[in-house]
Amino acid sequence: MAKITFITKDGEKVTVEGDSGNVMQLAVNNGVEGIDGDCGGVCSCATCHVFVAENDMDKVGEAGEIEADMLELEDNVSDFSRLCCQIEVSEAIDGIELTVAKED
Amino acid sequence: MSQNKTCVVIGASHGGVNFAFALRKEGWKGAIVLIDKDQTTPYHRPPLSKKYLELEDSIQNNLLKPLESYEKDNITLSLGKEVAKIDKENKTISLSDGTSQKYDVLVLATGARAFVPPISGINKAKNVFTLRNAKDVEGIRTAFHNSKQKNIVVIGGGYIGLETAASLKKLGANVTVLEREERILARVTTPYLSEFFANLHKANGVHIDVDKSVTEIQSDGNKNTVVCADGTTYPSDLVVVGVGIRVNQELASDIGLEINNGIVVNTATQTSEKDIYAIGDCTFHYNKIYDVHVRLESVQNAVDQAKVAAANICGKATVYDALPWFWSDQYDVKLQIVGLSQNFDSYVVRNEGAMKFSIWYFKNDRLLAVDAINNAKSYVMGTKFIKTEAKIDKEKLADAAVNIKDVLIN
Ligand SMILES: Cc1cc2nc3c(=O)[nH]c(=O)nc-3n(C[C@H](O)[C@H](O)[C@H](O)COP(=O)(O)OP(=O)(O)OC[C@H]3O[C@@H](n4cnc5c(N)ncnc54)[C@H](O)[C@@H]3O)c2cc1C
Ligand code: FES
Repeated sequence: MAKITFITKDGEKVTVEGDSGNVMQLAVNNGVEGIDGDCGGVCSCATCHVFVAENDMDKVGEAGEIEADMLELEDNVSDFSRLCCQIEVSEAIDGIELTVAKED
Repeated sequence: MSQNKTCVVIGASHGGVNFAFALRKEGWKGAIVLIDKDQTTPYHRPPLSKKYLELEDSIQNNLLKPLESYEKDNITLSLGKEVAKIDKENKTISLSDGTSQKYDVLVLATGARAFVPPISGINKAKNVFTLRNAKDVEGIRTAFHNSKQKNIVVIGGGYIGLETAASLKKLGANVTVLEREERILARVTTPYLSEFFANLHKANGVHIDVDKSVTEIQSDGNKNTVVCADGTTYPSDLVVVGVGIRVNQELASDIGLEINNGIVVNTATQTSEKDIYAIGDCTFHYNKIYDVHVRLESVQNAVDQAKVAAANICGKATVYDALPWFWSDQYDVKLQIVGLSQNFDSYVVRNEGAMKFSIWYFKNDRLLAVDAINNAKSYVMGTKFIKTEAKIDKEKLADAAVNIKDVLIN
């Protein structure tokens, strides 16, 4: 079981729990604002962009090659950017904090 | 303003569902009624021929939105109900169960259905499936598990047929794809990419036969024999038909809305009737970037038109001007397409490895589209170049040693 906190555009903190699937699915299933997941989680749409809290980067790890390239579609990409459909939910990421990147 | 009004949406898939949520977000205060004849909580369609099929996944893992979200946004989801007729004078729709529903604004997100070609015996034969919805996949799964030989014939070498072939192969089937044209993907891409995919399937053990026009399906109990015009026959336990779609436009044509290769909409996604909008696969619309009218079958188009319709209905004049994009996953290969390549007059292949390349389509030296194979960087840069109408040095582009960021003529 992993607890994950999302910080949405208006600063609201939403903590959700999951034990399988990917982080985008978890966000969508909990109605987290700003995570759309239009491609269903296959790294094709970049609508699941989050910023990982600096302290949690070790837990989450860096983006893979395709993911890092896809992130370049986003104007606000940073060193902490991930497409969260590419992050597996597991104990290893328990307690992480993700800020939703979508601006509008 | 919209307080006492009702917006009715026909079709609860990528278009309709995204529209309903976008409408609420844009500030619609009235009722939103989302109707679909499909019984299942609305789900992602692209995985049906890909991971969902291959991994025998459950639809619960592929929902567009969880049920609670509809409740939270006060969207009435009415599933298992088919709309039979629109009465535009009285602004009422009637459902096939005899009930009716009033609307102030109506949105057609009726998409498309799989086309069943007039092949002799096709309606009689057992274990013949199209692939458009979750129920189709259930049928394919059951027939697959019940068959001993697991000989599968896929009719049609388009994206859906090929993805289905790849997924069933991974599940352990013997798969043959029959394509009527001289190459697979003939209508949607270049011979170069067709050949790449043909070789990919061959390497993975899927048999592809081209120039095969299927004329008959003979059936004997659960066994089928697929017969082609040239006399060749293919025994099969299970036949998947993937030969394209037909637009669900009858509700619109019945009331005289303008139809032309789909339901005609303006750049605000409005049909020829003021209070009726249409979005997604069912629309024939203008693409500003390419100055053409097109009908697209893609998640991108459904989602983007949904947002444009919602904004316009809530009084925020918005124009649909999206750059189209699309993807297809087969085996471990990811194809990503940006732009519309139709009417290209030249193309450049940028080869960055056997399984990593991109095809760049031009017309009069203007970049139209990019097909990227395992190459998200080319897809992303192609997107940027098209949007900025960048001028590209084709020689540099063709040279994989030149960084993709350095191929511009400035
Ligand atoms: C197997 C498969 C794989 C695909 N892969 C990709 C891909 O990789 N990438 C991509 O971008 N796109 C892909 N697509 C295309 C994509 O799924 C469609 O473009 C998208 O679903 C269009 O959404 P839509 O809402 O316009 O229409 P649809 O998804 O067709 O939905 C229309 C809905 O309307 C309902 N409906 C129609 N008429 C009525 C009526 N009279 N009463 C009640 N309900 C009605 C139907 O039941 C249906 O649920 C794929 C499609 C399929 C089938
Ligand atoms: S859901 Fe599409 S890239 Fe993550």
